[in-house]
Amino acid sequence: MVSGPQFVQHLRNAGFDFFTGVPCSLVKSVIATLEERGGYIAETREDAAVGLAAGAYLAGKQPVVIMQNSGLGVCLNALSSLSLIYALPCLLLITWRGYQGKDAPEHLIMGDILPELLSTLKIPYRVLEEHTLEGAIGWAASTLKQTSRPTALVLPPGVAA
Amino acid sequence: MNLAQALSVVIPALPDALIVHANGFISRESFNLEDRRGNFYMIGSMGLASSIALGVALSKPERRVAVFDGDGNVLMNMGSLALIGAQQPRNLVHLVFDNEVYGSTGNQPTISSRVALDEVARASGYVETRRAEEADQLRAAAQDLLARDGPSFLLIKIEPDRQERHIGRITHEPQHIVRRFMGEIEKGDRERR
Repeated sequence: MVSGPQFVQHLRNAGFDFFTGVPCSLVKSVIATLEERGGYIAETREDAAVGLAAGAYLAGKQPVVIMQNSGLGVCLNALSSLSLIYALPCLLLITWRGYQGKDAPEHLIMGDILPELLSTLKIPYRVLEEHTLEGAIGWAASTLKQTSRPTALVLPPGVAA
Repeated sequence: MNLAQALSVVIPALPDALIVHANGFISRESFNLEDRRGNFYMIGSMGLASSIALGVALSKPERRVAVFDGDGNVLMNMGSLALIGAQQPRNLVHLVFDNEVYGSTGNQPTISSRVALDEVARASGYVETRRAEEADQLRAAAQDLLARDGPSFLLIKIEPDRQERHIGRITHEPQHIVRRFMGEIEKGDRERR
């Protein structure tokens, strides 16, 4: 598994320098590392985090929004009527609860439709694996620069410590 | 005081500010009064103007950042008041034009006649909060707030439009608004060097 400090280092190496979001247990080591080093902004809702990231991008930052896939549902309007039409890129680091149908009931529907939902929104994404994680972060950094739209990395259980 | 009158008082008090505008009549009225390069007009994503402005303010602490917000927008994203209070951006001033209705959809009442948004802001940690109902009071409150460190909050009680308004929409494409706004920030950066 990739440790929190390693994960954050890969994000920083790829140029990401503004971090916000709403936590998920699958990414707790990443958020703990960001919190320790300062500068992580704990948002109250995922759509507000997309708004905050939009402002940071306007002011020259390369933002990351961390959320559980349940939060992607909260973000549909922020993404469709802000990020996508204004071409305001951010990295969406989305944890995949309900992965392969094995989780608590509240996660099963979103877990099932997550890839389709991202495709429907025309948000490019990759699913993270431990041995390709660094490359996927680099892909996301270059994709969001080229497309100027949000780009997602989906994190299943068991990848980040 | 109506929205146009209130905007005519506060816009001249913010000559160099980056101003994030909430969607609806706030964007449209301000756009038609004085379209500035440092104006960001949010046409959708209701509720998020203060989140966008906070992102700008935290990333550019040397710039004055203002939000022109509405009561419906604030009520939709009250968590943003809490985050602004928690983050304490000194360069952020939050102006709320409170007409107690959803103006662009036909004046349906909001609940701001029964909820004191300035007190919510104070409890959330804004260091300065003011309320204004008349133009002279608004001018004085705006000048007073802009002379102090924020985050500050100015609740401006305005009259809703009694009749349907025919006011032009924002004619800029969203991506043009972005390029212009980012250009204005970069120009400020160059002038500071």
